[in-house]
Amino acid sequence: MIKVRNLTKSYVRNKALDDVSFTLEDGDILGFLGPNGAGKSTTMNIITGYLSSDEGSVEIDGTDIMEEPERAKKKIGYLPEVPPLYNDMTVQKYLEFMFRLKKVRLPMKEHIFKICEMVKITDVQDRIIKHLSKGYRQRVGLAQALLGDPPVLILDEPTVGLDPQQIIEIRKLIRELGKEHTIILSSHVLSEVQAVCDKIIIINHGRIAARGLTAEMTRTGDSTQRLNLVIEGKNTAVKALLSRIDGVSDVMDKGECEKGCYEYTVDCKKDVRRLIFRAIARSDFSILSMSPVGVSLEDTYLDIISGKTEEED
Amino acid sequence: MSAIFKREFVSYFTSPVAYVVLAAVMFFSGIFVWVQCLYVGTSDMSSVFQSMFFIMLFVIPLITMRLFSEDKKQKTDQALLTAPVSIAGIVSAKFLSALLMLLLCLCSFIVDGVALSFIGYPDWSVIIGNVFGMVLMGAALAAVGIFVSSLTESVIVAAIVSFAVNVLISLLDTVASTMPVAFLKNFVSSLSFQTRYGHFALGLFPLSDIIYFASVCLVFLFLTDRVLERRRWA
Repeated sequence: MIKVRNLTKSYVRNKALDDVSFTLEDGDILGFLGPNGAGKSTTMNIITGYLSSDEGSVEIDGTDIMEEPERAKKKIGYLPEVPPLYNDMTVQKYLEFMFRLKKVRLPMKEHIFKICEMVKITDVQDRIIKHLSKGYRQRVGLAQALLGDPPVLILDEPTVGLDPQQIIEIRKLIRELGKEHTIILSSHVLSEVQAVCDKIIIINHGRIAARGLTAEMTRTGDSTQRLNLVIEGKNTAVKALLSRIDGVSDVMDKGECEKGCYEYTVDCKKDVRRLIFRAIARSDFSILSMSPVGVSLEDTYLDIISGKTEEED
Repeated sequence: MSAIFKREFVSYFTSPVAYVVLAAVMFFSGIFVWVQCLYVGTSDMSSVFQSMFFIMLFVIPLITMRLFSEDKKQKTDQALLTAPVSIAGIVSAKFLSALLMLLLCLCSFIVDGVALSFIGYPDWSVIIGNVFGMVLMGAALAAVGIFVSSLTESVIVAAIVSFAVNVLISLLDTVASTMPVAFLKNFVSSLSFQTRYGHFALGLFPLSDIIYFASVCLVFLFLTDRVLERRRWA
Protein backbone atom coordinates (compact mmCIF):
# COMPACT_ATOMS: atom_id res chain seq x y z
CA MET A 1 0.00 0.00 0.00
CA ILE A 2 2.79 2.40 0.88
CA LYS A 3 6.24 1.97 -0.59
CA VAL A 4 8.91 4.37 0.58
CA ARG A 5 12.25 3.97 -1.11
CA ASN A 6 15.57 5.59 -0.21
CA LEU A 7 14.20 8.94 0.91
CA THR A 8 16.92 11.51 1.37
CA LYS A 9 16.31 15.13 2.23
CA SER A 10 18.76 17.85 3.16
CA TYR A 11 18.03 21.26 4.55
CA VAL A 12 20.54 24.06 4.22
CA ARG A 13 22.73 22.97 7.11
CA ASN A 14 21.85 19.42 7.96
CA LYS A 15 20.70 16.18 6.50
CA ALA A 16 17.12 15.66 7.66
CA LEU A 17 16.63 12.22 6.15
CA ASP A 18 19.20 9.73 5.03
CA ASP A 19 18.13 6.76 2.96
CA VAL A 20 14.82 5.94 4.62
CA SER A 21 12.94 2.98 3.13
CA PHE A 22 10.03 0.88 4.27
CA THR A 23 6.96 -0.88 2.91
CA LEU A 24 3.52 -1.20 4.43
CA GLU A 25 0.79 -3.62 3.49
CA ASP A 26 -2.95 -2.99 3.60
CA GLY A 27 -4.19 -2.62 7.16
CA ASP A 28 -0.77 -2.13 8.74
CA ILE A 29 -0.44 0.36 11.56
CA LEU A 30 3.09 1.69 11.70
CA GLY A 31 4.42 3.64 14.66
CA PHE A 32 7.13 6.18 14.07
CA LEU A 33 9.26 6.76 17.13
CA GLY A 34 12.16 9.07 17.63
CA PRO A 35 13.38 12.11 19.52
CA ASN A 36 12.47 15.64 18.45
CA GLY A 37 14.06 16.60 15.17
CA ALA A 38 14.79 13.00 14.20
CA GLY A 39 12.96 13.35 10.88
CA LYS A 40 9.52 11.94 11.68
CA SER A 41 7.57 14.96 10.49
CA THR A 42 9.83 15.43 7.48
CA THR A 43 9.16 11.86 6.40
CA MET A 44 5.43 12.35 6.81
CA ASN A 45 5.53 15.64 4.92
CA ILE A 46 7.28 13.93 2.04
CA ILE A 47 4.87 10.99 1.97
CA THR A 48 1.93 13.39 1.80
CA GLY A 49 3.53 15.46 -0.94
CA TYR A 50 3.90 18.63 1.14
CA LEU A 51 7.68 18.51 0.77
CA SER A 52 9.78 17.04 -1.98
CA SER A 53 12.58 14.64 -1.28
CA ASP A 54 16.03 15.16 -2.78
CA GLU A 55 16.20 11.49 -3.66
CA GLY A 56 13.97 8.47 -3.41
CA SER A 57 10.33 7.83 -4.15
CA VAL A 58 7.01 7.36 -2.41
CA GLU A 59 4.31 5.17 -3.87
CA ILE A 60 0.77 5.21 -2.50
CA ASP A 61 -1.27 2.25 -3.69
CA GLY A 62 0.80 2.09 -6.86
CA THR A 63 0.68 5.85 -7.54
CA ASP A 64 3.87 7.89 -7.28
CA ILE A 65 3.37 11.05 -5.22
CA MET A 66 5.78 13.06 -7.36
CA GLU A 67 4.54 11.89 -10.72
CA GLU A 68 0.79 11.87 -10.14
CA PRO A 69 0.41 14.06 -7.08
CA GLU A 70 -3.30 14.73 -7.41
CA ARG A 71 -4.20 11.08 -7.76
CA ALA A 72 -1.95 10.02 -4.91
CA LYS A 73 -3.08 12.81 -2.60
CA LYS A 74 -6.68 11.69 -2.94
CA LYS A 75 -5.75 8.45 -1.22
CA ILE A 76 -4.20 10.13 1.82
CA GLY A 77 -5.71 11.68 4.91
CA TYR A 78 -3.12 13.77 6.71
CA LEU A 79 -3.10 15.21 10.20
CA PRO A 80 0.07 17.34 10.43
CA GLU A 81 1.83 18.23 13.66
CA VAL A 82 -0.13 21.48 13.85
CA PRO A 83 -3.70 20.80 12.70
CA PRO A 84 -4.30 22.96 9.58
CA LEU A 85 -7.39 24.75 10.85
CA TYR A 86 -8.91 28.00 9.63
CA ASN A 87 -9.57 29.86 12.85
CA ASP A 88 -12.27 32.10 11.41
CA MET A 89 -14.55 29.24 10.36
CA THR A 90 -16.99 27.09 12.30
CA VAL A 91 -16.16 23.41 12.59
CA GLN A 92 -19.01 22.48 10.24
CA LYS A 93 -18.02 25.07 7.59
CA TYR A 94 -14.38 24.05 7.84
CA LEU A 95 -15.18 20.39 7.33
CA GLU A 96 -17.44 21.27 4.40
CA PHE A 97 -14.57 23.25 2.92
CA MET A 98 -12.12 20.38 3.37
CA PHE A 99 -14.71 17.98 1.97
CA ARG A 100 -14.91 20.01 -1.24
CA LEU A 101 -11.18 20.69 -1.33
CA LYS A 102 -10.53 16.95 -1.26
CA LYS A 103 -13.11 16.39 -3.97
CA VAL A 104 -14.88 13.73 -1.94
CA ARG A 105 -17.77 12.07 -3.74
CA LEU A 106 -20.01 11.05 -0.87
CA PRO A 107 -23.21 12.57 0.49
CA MET A 108 -21.68 15.56 2.31
CA LYS A 109 -23.91 16.20 5.30
CA GLU A 110 -24.18 12.53 6.33
CA HIS A 111 -20.50 11.85 5.82
CA ILE A 112 -19.38 14.85 7.88
CA PHE A 113 -21.86 13.95 10.60
CA LYS A 114 -20.61 10.36 10.70
CA ILE A 115 -17.01 11.52 11.09
CA CYS A 116 -17.92 14.06 13.76
CA GLU A 117 -19.57 11.24 15.67
CA MET A 118 -16.46 9.09 15.31
CA VAL A 119 -14.12 11.70 16.78
CA LYS A 120 -16.81 13.03 19.13
CA ILE A 121 -17.01 16.65 18.05
CA THR A 122 -20.74 16.83 17.26
CA ASP A 123 -21.26 19.15 20.24
CA VAL A 124 -18.91 21.82 18.85
CA GLN A 125 -19.89 21.61 15.17
CA ASP A 126 -21.32 25.13 15.15
CA ARG A 127 -18.56 26.74 17.19
CA ILE A 128 -15.86 28.91 15.65
CA ILE A 129 -12.56 27.03 15.60
CA LYS A 130 -10.66 29.94 17.18
CA HIS A 131 -12.57 29.39 20.44
CA LEU A 132 -11.94 25.65 20.73
CA SER A 133 -9.63 24.01 23.27
CA LYS A 134 -6.49 22.17 22.22
CA GLY A 135 -8.18 18.78 22.51
CA TYR A 136 -11.06 19.76 20.28
CA ARG A 137 -8.75 21.39 17.74
CA GLN A 138 -6.76 18.17 17.58
CA ARG A 139 -9.91 16.15 17.00
CA VAL A 140 -11.17 18.53 14.31
CA GLY A 141 -7.78 18.03 12.66
CA LEU A 142 -8.29 14.28 12.87
CA ALA A 143 -11.80 14.64 11.45
CA GLN A 144 -10.50 16.48 8.38
CA ALA A 145 -7.95 13.71 7.82
CA LEU A 146 -10.73 11.12 7.87
CA LEU A 147 -12.90 12.95 5.32
CA GLY A 148 -13.53 10.83 2.26
CA ASP A 149 -12.39 7.58 3.94
CA PRO A 150 -8.91 7.66 2.39
CA PRO A 151 -7.19 4.25 2.40
CA VAL A 152 -4.02 5.76 3.89
CA LEU A 153 -3.92 7.84 7.07
CA ILE A 154 -0.83 9.76 8.13
CA LEU A 155 -1.17 11.06 11.67
CA ASP A 156 1.57 13.19 13.20
CA GLU A 157 1.21 12.90 16.97
CA PRO A 158 -2.55 12.41 16.91
CA THR A 159 -3.13 12.40 20.68
CA VAL A 160 -1.17 15.51 21.64
CA GLY A 161 -3.23 17.82 23.81
CA LEU A 162 -5.95 15.32 24.59
CA ASP A 163 -6.98 14.35 28.11
CA PRO A 164 -6.38 10.75 29.26
CA GLN A 165 -9.91 9.60 28.52
CA GLN A 166 -9.85 11.13 25.05
CA ILE A 167 -6.45 9.55 24.42
CA ILE A 168 -7.91 6.14 25.16
CA GLU A 169 -10.87 6.83 22.87
CA ILE A 170 -8.71 8.07 20.01
CA ARG A 171 -6.37 5.09 20.33
CA LYS A 172 -9.36 2.80 20.18
CA LEU A 173 -10.57 4.69 17.13
CA ILE A 174 -7.18 4.38 15.42
CA ARG A 175 -7.07 0.65 16.09
CA GLU A 176 -10.58 0.40 14.69
CA LEU A 177 -9.58 2.40 11.60
CA GLY A 178 -6.53 0.21 11.20
CA LYS A 179 -8.75 -2.67 10.17
CA GLU A 180 -9.58 -0.96 6.90
CA HIS A 181 -6.89 1.70 6.53
CA THR A 182 -3.14 1.71 6.34
CA ILE A 183 -1.94 4.05 9.07
CA ILE A 184 1.33 5.71 9.91
CA LEU A 185 1.40 7.54 13.21
CA SER A 186 4.20 9.23 15.02
CA SER A 187 4.38 9.69 18.72
CA HIS A 188 6.62 10.50 21.64
CA VAL A 189 4.53 8.33 23.87
CA LEU A 190 6.02 4.86 23.79
CA SER A 191 3.08 3.17 25.46
CA GLU A 192 0.84 4.64 22.79
CA VAL A 193 2.83 3.16 19.94
CA GLN A 194 2.98 -0.10 21.84
CA ALA A 195 -0.77 -0.12 22.36
CA VAL A 196 -1.81 0.87 18.86
CA CYS A 197 0.76 -0.18 16.27
CA ASP A 198 1.72 -3.57 14.88
CA LYS A 199 4.97 -2.33 13.40
CA ILE A 200 7.50 0.10 14.77
CA ILE A 201 10.23 2.13 13.16
CA ILE A 202 12.62 4.01 15.39
CA ILE A 203 14.19 6.91 13.58
CA ASN A 204 17.16 8.89 14.83
CA HIS A 205 19.26 11.57 13.13
CA GLY A 206 17.31 11.02 9.92
CA ARG A 207 18.11 7.32 9.69
CA ILE A 208 16.11 4.26 10.56
CA ALA A 209 17.77 3.04 13.72
CA ALA A 210 15.58 0.00 14.29
CA ARG A 211 12.46 -1.62 12.89
CA GLY A 212 10.33 -4.59 13.71
CA LEU A 213 7.03 -5.93 14.86
CA THR A 214 5.80 -4.42 18.10
CA ALA A 215 5.64 -7.88 19.66
CA GLU A 216 9.29 -8.54 18.83
CA MET A 217 10.51 -5.23 20.08
CA THR A 218 8.78 -5.36 23.42
CA ARG A 219 8.87 -9.01 24.44
CA THR A 220 6.42 -8.38 27.27
CA GLY A 221 4.44 -11.38 28.45
CA ASP A 222 7.46 -13.57 27.86
CA SER A 223 7.51 -14.63 31.49
CA THR A 224 10.55 -16.89 31.30
CA GLN A 225 12.90 -13.97 31.63
CA ARG A 226 12.46 -12.25 34.93
CA LEU A 227 9.92 -12.16 37.75
CA ASN A 228 9.18 -9.60 40.41
CA LEU A 229 7.97 -11.12 43.68
CA VAL A 230 6.81 -9.83 47.02
CA ILE A 231 6.90 -12.57 49.68
CA GLU A 232 6.07 -12.43 53.36
CA GLY A 233 8.64 -14.15 55.54
CA LYS A 234 12.26 -14.05 56.61
CA ASN A 235 14.31 -12.93 53.65
CA THR A 236 17.34 -15.21 53.99
CA ALA A 237 15.16 -18.30 54.23
CA VAL A 238 12.97 -17.24 51.32
CA LYS A 239 15.99 -16.46 49.22
CA ALA A 240 17.49 -19.87 49.93
CA LEU A 241 14.19 -21.53 49.12
CA LEU A 242 13.83 -19.67 45.82
CA SER A 243 17.40 -20.41 44.78
CA ARG A 244 16.81 -24.16 45.15
CA ILE A 245 13.94 -24.15 42.63
CA ASP A 246 14.84 -25.81 39.35
CA GLY A 247 15.23 -23.23 36.56
CA VAL A 248 16.01 -20.24 38.75
CA SER A 249 19.34 -18.76 37.85
CA ASP A 250 19.54 -15.77 40.15
CA VAL A 251 17.64 -14.28 43.07
CA MET A 252 18.08 -10.67 44.08
CA ASP A 253 16.79 -9.39 47.39
CA LYS A 254 15.57 -5.85 46.84
CA GLY A 255 14.81 -5.16 50.48
CA GLU A 256 11.84 -4.86 52.79
CA CYS A 257 8.86 -3.22 51.17
CA GLU A 258 6.24 -3.73 53.90
CA LYS A 259 6.66 -4.93 57.45
CA GLY A 260 7.94 -8.49 57.22
CA CYS A 261 7.63 -8.59 53.44
CA TYR A 262 10.51 -8.52 51.00
CA GLU A 263 10.75 -7.86 47.32
CA TYR A 264 12.77 -10.15 45.06
CA THR A 265 13.79 -10.21 41.47
CA VAL A 266 14.17 -13.68 40.09
CA ASP A 267 15.96 -14.46 36.84
CA CYS A 268 15.02 -17.75 35.36
CA LYS A 269 15.69 -19.95 32.36
CA LYS A 270 12.17 -21.29 31.97
CA ASP A 271 8.68 -20.55 33.24
CA VAL A 272 8.99 -21.18 36.98
CA ARG A 273 5.89 -19.39 38.19
CA ARG A 274 4.00 -22.58 39.16
CA LEU A 275 7.04 -24.09 40.84
CA ILE A 276 7.57 -20.96 42.91
CA PHE A 277 3.92 -20.89 43.87
CA ARG A 278 3.95 -24.51 45.12
CA ALA A 279 7.30 -24.18 46.90
CA ILE A 280 6.19 -21.07 48.79
CA ALA A 281 2.78 -22.57 49.53
CA ARG A 282 4.36 -25.69 51.11
CA SER A 283 6.44 -23.45 53.41
CA ASP A 284 5.16 -20.94 55.99
CA PHE A 285 5.68 -18.02 53.64
CA SER A 286 3.08 -16.35 51.45
CA ILE A 287 3.31 -14.81 48.02
CA LEU A 288 1.78 -11.31 48.03
CA SER A 289 2.52 -10.54 44.42
CA MET A 290 4.20 -12.08 41.41
CA SER A 291 4.61 -10.31 38.09
CA PRO A 292 6.69 -10.99 35.01
CA VAL A 293 9.05 -8.23 33.90
CA GLY A 294 9.40 -7.96 30.15
CA VAL A 295 11.93 -5.96 28.22
CA SER A 296 9.85 -2.84 27.68
CA LEU A 297 9.79 -0.82 24.49
CA GLU A 298 11.22 1.94 26.59
CA ASP A 299 14.37 -0.09 27.20
CA THR A 300 14.74 -0.89 23.51
CA TYR A 301 14.08 2.71 22.56
CA LEU A 302 16.56 4.20 25.00
CA ASP A 303 19.21 1.67 24.00
CA ILE A 304 18.82 2.60 20.36
CA ILE A 305 18.63 6.35 20.84
CA SER A 306 21.66 6.41 23.08
CA GLY A 307 23.49 4.41 20.42
CA LYS A 308 23.99 1.11 22.25
CA THR A 309 22.36 -0.92 19.50
CA GLU A 310 22.85 -0.46 15.79
CA GLU A 311 20.54 -1.88 13.23
CA GLU A 312 21.91 -4.93 11.54
CA ASP A 313 21.20 -3.86 7.95
CA MET B 1 -10.37 25.05 -6.67
CA SER B 2 -13.90 26.42 -6.28
CA ALA B 3 -13.73 25.43 -2.60
CA ILE B 4 -10.69 27.65 -2.05
CA PHE B 5 -12.23 30.49 -4.03
CA LYS B 6 -15.40 30.36 -1.99
CA ARG B 7 -13.59 30.10 1.33
CA GLU B 8 -11.32 33.04 0.59
CA PHE B 9 -14.15 35.22 -0.58
CA VAL B 10 -16.34 34.40 2.43
CA SER B 11 -13.44 35.00 4.79
CA TYR B 12 -13.20 38.63 3.61
CA PHE B 13 -16.57 39.04 5.25
CA THR B 14 -15.89 37.04 8.41
CA SER B 15 -12.93 39.34 9.04
CA PRO B 16 -13.14 43.15 9.03
CA VAL B 17 -11.19 43.36 5.74
CA ALA B 18 -14.20 43.49 3.40
CA TYR B 19 -15.98 46.12 5.45
CA VAL B 20 -12.92 48.32 5.86
CA VAL B 21 -12.08 48.12 2.16
CA LEU B 22 -15.63 48.71 0.96
CA ALA B 23 -16.11 51.57 3.41
CA ALA B 24 -12.83 53.18 2.34
CA VAL B 25 -13.66 53.00 -1.36
CA MET B 26 -17.20 54.31 -0.88
CA PHE B 27 -16.07 57.05 1.48
CA PHE B 28 -13.37 58.37 -0.83
CA SER B 29 -15.34 58.03 -4.04
CA GLY B 30 -18.18 59.85 -2.27
CA ILE B 31 -15.87 62.66 -1.20
CA PHE B 32 -14.39 63.01 -4.67
CA VAL B 33 -17.79 62.99 -6.32
CA TRP B 34 -18.92 65.69 -3.95
CA VAL B 35 -15.82 67.87 -4.35
CA GLN B 36 -15.11 67.31 -8.03
CA CYS B 37 -18.64 66.93 -9.43
CA LEU B 38 -21.35 68.30 -7.17
CA TYR B 39 -19.40 71.24 -5.79
CA VAL B 40 -18.16 72.48 -9.15
CA GLY B 41 -21.43 71.61 -10.85
CA THR B 42 -20.39 69.00 -13.42
CA SER B 43 -21.43 65.43 -14.08
CA ASP B 44 -18.08 64.53 -15.65
CA MET B 45 -16.58 61.86 -13.37
CA SER B 46 -13.17 61.48 -15.04
CA SER B 47 -11.37 63.58 -12.41
CA VAL B 48 -12.95 61.37 -9.73
CA PHE B 49 -11.32 58.36 -11.32
CA GLN B 50 -7.95 60.10 -11.49
CA SER B 51 -8.11 60.66 -7.73
CA MET B 52 -9.40 57.16 -7.01
CA PHE B 53 -6.42 55.70 -8.84
CA PHE B 54 -4.29 56.48 -5.77
CA ILE B 55 -6.87 55.17 -3.33
CA MET B 56 -6.83 51.84 -5.16
CA LEU B 57 -3.07 51.62 -4.64
CA PHE B 58 -3.81 51.55 -0.90
CA VAL B 59 -6.85 49.34 -1.07
CA ILE B 60 -5.58 46.46 -3.18
CA PRO B 61 -2.76 45.45 -0.80
CA LEU B 62 -5.43 45.18 1.91
CA ILE B 63 -7.34 42.75 -0.27
CA THR B 64 -4.36 40.56 -1.12
CA MET B 65 -2.19 40.80 2.02
CA ARG B 66 -3.37 37.69 3.83
CA LEU B 67 -4.01 35.39 0.90
CA PHE B 68 -0.80 33.37 1.28
CA SER B 69 0.98 34.83 4.30
CA GLU B 70 -1.82 33.85 6.66
CA ASP B 71 -1.90 30.30 5.32
CA LYS B 72 1.78 29.93 5.92
CA LYS B 73 1.57 31.34 9.41
CA GLN B 74 -1.42 29.23 10.48
CA LYS B 75 0.05 26.18 8.72
CA THR B 76 -3.15 25.79 6.75
CA ASP B 77 -0.99 25.67 3.64
CA GLN B 78 -0.39 22.05 4.64
CA ALA B 79 -4.07 21.33 4.10
CA LEU B 80 -4.06 23.03 0.71
CA LEU B 81 -0.81 21.56 -0.56
CA THR B 82 -1.63 18.01 0.51
CA ALA B 83 -5.09 18.18 -1.04
CA PRO B 84 -5.65 16.90 -4.58
CA VAL B 85 -5.35 20.37 -6.14
CA SER B 86 -2.51 21.76 -8.19
CA ILE B 87 -0.54 24.75 -6.98
CA ALA B 88 -1.69 26.70 -10.04
CA GLY B 89 -5.26 25.91 -8.99
CA ILE B 90 -4.65 27.26 -5.50
CA VAL B 91 -3.04 30.44 -6.83
CA SER B 92 -5.77 31.13 -9.35
CA ALA B 93 -8.55 30.44 -6.84
CA LYS B 94 -7.07 32.98 -4.44
CA PHE B 95 -6.50 35.46 -7.25
CA LEU B 96 -10.10 35.16 -8.42
CA SER B 97 -11.43 35.73 -4.92
CA ALA B 98 -9.34 38.93 -4.70
CA LEU B 99 -10.62 39.96 -8.10
CA LEU B 100 -14.23 39.46 -7.07
CA MET B 101 -13.61 41.55 -3.97
CA LEU B 102 -12.15 44.25 -6.20
CA LEU B 103 -15.17 44.17 -8.50
CA LEU B 104 -17.38 44.63 -5.48
CA CYS B 105 -15.37 47.73 -4.54
CA LEU B 106 -15.70 49.13 -8.05
CA CYS B 107 -19.47 48.81 -7.86
CA SER B 108 -19.44 51.96 -5.78
CA PHE B 109 -18.56 53.92 -8.96
CA ILE B 110 -21.66 52.58 -10.65
CA VAL B 111 -23.65 53.74 -7.62
CA ASP B 112 -22.04 57.18 -7.91
CA GLY B 113 -22.84 57.30 -11.60
CA VAL B 114 -26.47 56.35 -11.00
CA ALA B 115 -26.72 58.98 -8.27
CA LEU B 116 -25.32 61.63 -10.62
CA SER B 117 -27.72 60.64 -13.38
CA PHE B 118 -30.62 61.91 -11.25
CA ILE B 119 -29.26 65.46 -11.29
CA GLY B 120 -27.22 65.54 -14.50
CA TYR B 121 -26.01 63.59 -17.50
CA PRO B 122 -22.87 61.61 -16.56
CA ASP B 123 -20.98 60.18 -19.52
CA TRP B 124 -21.42 56.44 -19.10
CA SER B 125 -18.73 55.62 -21.61
CA VAL B 126 -16.22 57.40 -19.34
CA ILE B 127 -17.51 55.56 -16.28
CA ILE B 128 -17.47 52.16 -17.94
CA GLY B 129 -14.09 52.79 -19.53
CA ASN B 130 -12.64 53.78 -16.18
CA VAL B 131 -14.15 50.87 -14.31
CA PHE B 132 -12.84 48.55 -16.99
CA GLY B 133 -9.39 50.12 -16.71
CA MET B 134 -9.49 49.79 -12.95
CA VAL B 135 -10.43 46.14 -13.18
CA LEU B 136 -7.43 45.49 -15.40
CA MET B 137 -5.03 47.59 -13.38
CA GLY B 138 -6.46 46.24 -10.14
CA ALA B 139 -6.01 42.67 -11.37
CA ALA B 140 -2.36 43.38 -12.15
CA LEU B 141 -1.83 45.03 -8.76
CA ALA B 142 -3.60 42.13 -7.06
CA ALA B 143 -1.27 39.67 -8.78
CA VAL B 144 1.69 41.67 -7.47
CA GLY B 145 0.13 41.68 -4.00
CA ILE B 146 -0.44 37.92 -4.09
CA PHE B 147 3.15 37.38 -5.11
CA VAL B 148 4.41 39.51 -2.21
CA SER B 149 2.04 37.71 0.15
CA SER B 150 3.54 34.36 -0.85
CA LEU B 151 6.99 35.59 0.18
CA THR B 152 6.29 36.35 3.82
CA GLU B 153 4.52 34.98 6.87
CA SER B 154 3.61 38.43 8.10
CA VAL B 155 0.38 39.98 6.90
CA ILE B 156 1.63 43.47 7.80
CA VAL B 157 4.86 43.07 5.86
CA ALA B 158 2.89 41.76 2.87
CA ALA B 159 0.62 44.81 2.96
CA ILE B 160 3.40 47.37 3.30
CA VAL B 161 5.70 45.84 0.71
CA SER B 162 2.97 45.37 -1.89
CA PHE B 163 1.82 48.94 -1.29
CA ALA B 164 5.38 50.18 -1.88
CA VAL B 165 5.70 48.08 -5.04
CA ASN B 166 2.32 49.29 -6.28
CA VAL B 167 3.30 52.93 -5.82
CA LEU B 168 6.61 52.34 -7.54
CA ILE B 169 5.25 50.63 -10.66
CA SER B 170 2.38 53.06 -10.90
CA LEU B 171 4.52 56.14 -10.77
CA LEU B 172 7.30 54.97 -13.05
CA ASP B 173 6.38 57.78 -15.44
CA THR B 174 7.67 60.37 -12.99
CA VAL B 175 10.93 58.43 -12.84
CA ALA B 176 10.93 58.31 -16.63
CA SER B 177 11.41 62.05 -16.96
CA THR B 178 14.80 61.77 -15.25
CA MET B 179 16.09 59.23 -17.78
CA PRO B 180 18.91 60.56 -19.95
CA VAL B 181 18.07 58.74 -23.19
CA ALA B 182 14.79 59.04 -25.07
CA PHE B 183 14.65 55.28 -25.58
CA LEU B 184 14.87 54.58 -21.81
CA LYS B 185 12.46 57.39 -21.13
CA ASN B 186 9.84 55.80 -23.38
CA PHE B 187 10.50 52.33 -22.08
CA VAL B 188 10.19 53.18 -18.39
CA SER B 189 7.19 55.35 -19.03
CA SER B 190 5.49 52.55 -20.90
CA LEU B 191 5.85 50.30 -17.86
CA SER B 192 4.07 52.80 -15.66
CA PHE B 193 0.58 51.79 -14.57
CA GLN B 194 -0.49 55.39 -14.47
CA THR B 195 0.37 55.99 -18.12
CA ARG B 196 -1.46 52.83 -19.10
CA TYR B 197 -4.44 53.53 -16.93
CA GLY B 198 -4.64 57.10 -18.25
CA HIS B 199 -5.68 55.78 -21.65
CA PHE B 200 -8.74 54.10 -20.17
CA ALA B 201 -9.57 57.26 -18.23
CA LEU B 202 -9.82 59.07 -21.55
CA GLY B 203 -12.42 56.55 -22.69
CA LEU B 204 -10.06 54.51 -24.90
CA PHE B 205 -9.69 50.71 -24.93
CA PRO B 206 -6.18 50.25 -26.35
CA LEU B 207 -5.43 46.59 -26.98
CA SER B 208 -1.76 47.08 -26.04
CA ASP B 209 -2.73 48.25 -22.55
CA ILE B 210 -5.11 45.36 -22.07
CA ILE B 211 -2.37 42.95 -23.07
CA TYR B 212 0.12 44.75 -20.84
CA PHE B 213 -2.01 44.44 -17.69
CA ALA B 214 -2.92 40.86 -18.52
CA SER B 215 0.74 39.91 -18.92
CA VAL B 216 1.72 41.56 -15.62
CA CYS B 217 -1.03 39.50 -14.05
CA LEU B 218 0.16 36.25 -15.56
CA VAL B 219 3.82 36.89 -14.80
CA PHE B 220 3.22 37.54 -11.10
CA LEU B 221 0.78 34.65 -10.72
CA PHE B 222 3.33 32.41 -12.36
CA LEU B 223 6.02 33.69 -9.98
CA THR B 224 3.72 32.96 -7.04
CA ASP B 225 3.27 29.44 -8.31
CA ARG B 226 7.06 29.07 -8.49
CA VAL B 227 7.53 30.43 -4.96
CA LEU B 228 5.12 27.85 -3.55
CA GLU B 229 6.68 25.06 -5.57
CA ARG B 230 10.16 26.09 -4.54
CA ARG B 231 9.21 26.04 -0.88
CA ARG B 232 8.68 22.30 -1.14
CA TRP B 233 12.33 21.93 -2.07
CA ALA B 234 13.69 24.23 0.61
